[in-house]
Amino acid sequence: MDIIKTARLTKTYGKARGIVDLDMTVAEGEFFGFIGPNGAGKSTTIRTLLGLISPTSGSAEIFGKNITTQKESILQNIGYLPSEAIFYRGMKVKDILRLSADLRKKDCTEEAKTLCERLQLDTSRKVDDLSFGNRKKVAIVCALQSNPDLLILDEPTGGLDPLMQKEFFEILKERNTNGTTIFLSSHVLSEVQRNCTRAAIIRDGKIIACDSVEVLAKTSTKRVTVHGAVELDRLYGIRDIKSTQDSVSFLYSGNMNSLLEALSSGQVNDLTVTEPDLEEVFLHYYEKDGETV
Amino acid sequence: MTLVKHELKQGKASFLIWTASIGFLLAICIFLFPEMKGQMDGINDIFASMGSFSEAFGMDRLNFGTLIGFYAVECGNILGLGGAFYAAICAVGILSKEEKERTAEFLLTHPVSRIRIITEKLIAVLIQITAMNIIIYALSVASIASIGEEIPLKEITLMHIAYFLLQIELAGICFGISAFLCKGSIGIGLGIAVMMYFLNLIANIAEVADFLKYITPFGYCEGADIISSGSLDGAMVTVGMMLCIVGITAAYLKYTVKDIHS
Repeated sequence: MDIIKTARLTKTYGKARGIVDLDMTVAEGEFFGFIGPNGAGKSTTIRTLLGLISPTSGSAEIFGKNITTQKESILQNIGYLPSEAIFYRGMKVKDILRLSADLRKKDCTEEAKTLCERLQLDTSRKVDDLSFGNRKKVAIVCALQSNPDLLILDEPTGGLDPLMQKEFFEILKERNTNGTTIFLSSHVLSEVQRNCTRAAIIRDGKIIACDSVEVLAKTSTKRVTVHGAVELDRLYGIRDIKSTQDSVSFLYSGNMNSLLEALSSGQVNDLTVTEPDLEEVFLHYYEKDGETV
Repeated sequence: MTLVKHELKQGKASFLIWTASIGFLLAICIFLFPEMKGQMDGINDIFASMGSFSEAFGMDRLNFGTLIGFYAVECGNILGLGGAFYAAICAVGILSKEEKERTAEFLLTHPVSRIRIITEKLIAVLIQITAMNIIIYALSVASIASIGEEIPLKEITLMHIAYFLLQIELAGICFGISAFLCKGSIGIGLGIAVMMYFLNLIANIAEVADFLKYITPFGYCEGADIISSGSLDGAMVTVGMMLCIVGITAAYLKYTVKDIHS
């Protein structure tokens, strides 16, 4: 069953682009990554799915229900973690958590307690006094305490220290193992590569690639690192060259025989050829007319 | 009623400050009356003969020497302006503050329909205005009783009802405006309240502008008219309540389809 399904989903702001003809599906139980730089349309997509803004055209379904006509029923089973955690001034953490639970008409006391302990969150403090990272923890507990079927996370780790990030992703993996579908929007590619099974890449409001993370990362491009002295000037398909005193590393997408010829005519002390990481692949997807956008 | 409770908690400080301020000023005015009563014989003629100024505040038709005449001018202005300011501020920010303070994302991503949000916020505004008026009414009556004056209950009650309706009308209009706003709102609320107050002053001074009384809710709060007729002007109140309903309807129509930006 598809948990999220969009069909030609479009949102424009007057003449300005938001998202254009977005077709995307997220299956039940998936840990889905949504990758794109700032302004690509990630937040617009999420805000449209959550009903904060209305689509200009196209449609979207979550749990098989229409996002515009069955919004409340959909939101009952969604936990949303915004990129910026902002709460009502003057309220204590425990009051925010209770308000969130009351709005869902659920008693989340036990789950909230467990999550607060794991994330080391003091519920007696006022949200105004909390650091950015601690406010993020409050938002995490709000999103997770009702045990929703779908978690939508927008840049979730901003402000969290590495230990908390680790704990947070452990919680997410446990939830995912128990059947929760997770939609993770991020521009931290290592985060997506480590945790997601499938991902979509968005550029200029359009999905330009959507596949398993392994497939997305697997391109004909290789990262080549040569220790020694070689002449690379006549090779085509070279980019992202990083040179040190006795080595050179570059991404290569040209003819392999040409590469071997160039290497054999030089002095090679050591050679490694590896798959590029997702960061490098991501840049490849964002190259437009020879320039990175 | 989760949101009603939440709004009442959020608005508690503002409610207490406004209620205490208006109540305190009203009580002070009432406590000053016994001292001023003896000096009123001469002053009353002066107040009544200041031309347009007297007309603007209805002082040409009120006897300052009586408690109700004094109450209508002095306390009426405090309750009228103070109540109007509070109602306008309370209503004009109730929807827009979610976007202004960027809490809309938190609220609207919970399983609560926009209709429920509007309704519960409206109920919260009405509860606060009603509670403030009940407290101030009780305080006024108790203050009059404590200075040993006979309580003109019918006139006082009618005046308080009129000011309550004024606040409800302004709140309805400002509530509608709130749905269209994303940022600053208090200035707009105060501006509307002040504009309505001055429209009534103009209507009192110039006969040609008498129609303005049907636009401003201060028109049916005129103490001199209420005391002389012993009732509220039904036509003005009806127009006022219709404006209030228009405001509330506009809020529902706009806010249910409004795009909430971050």
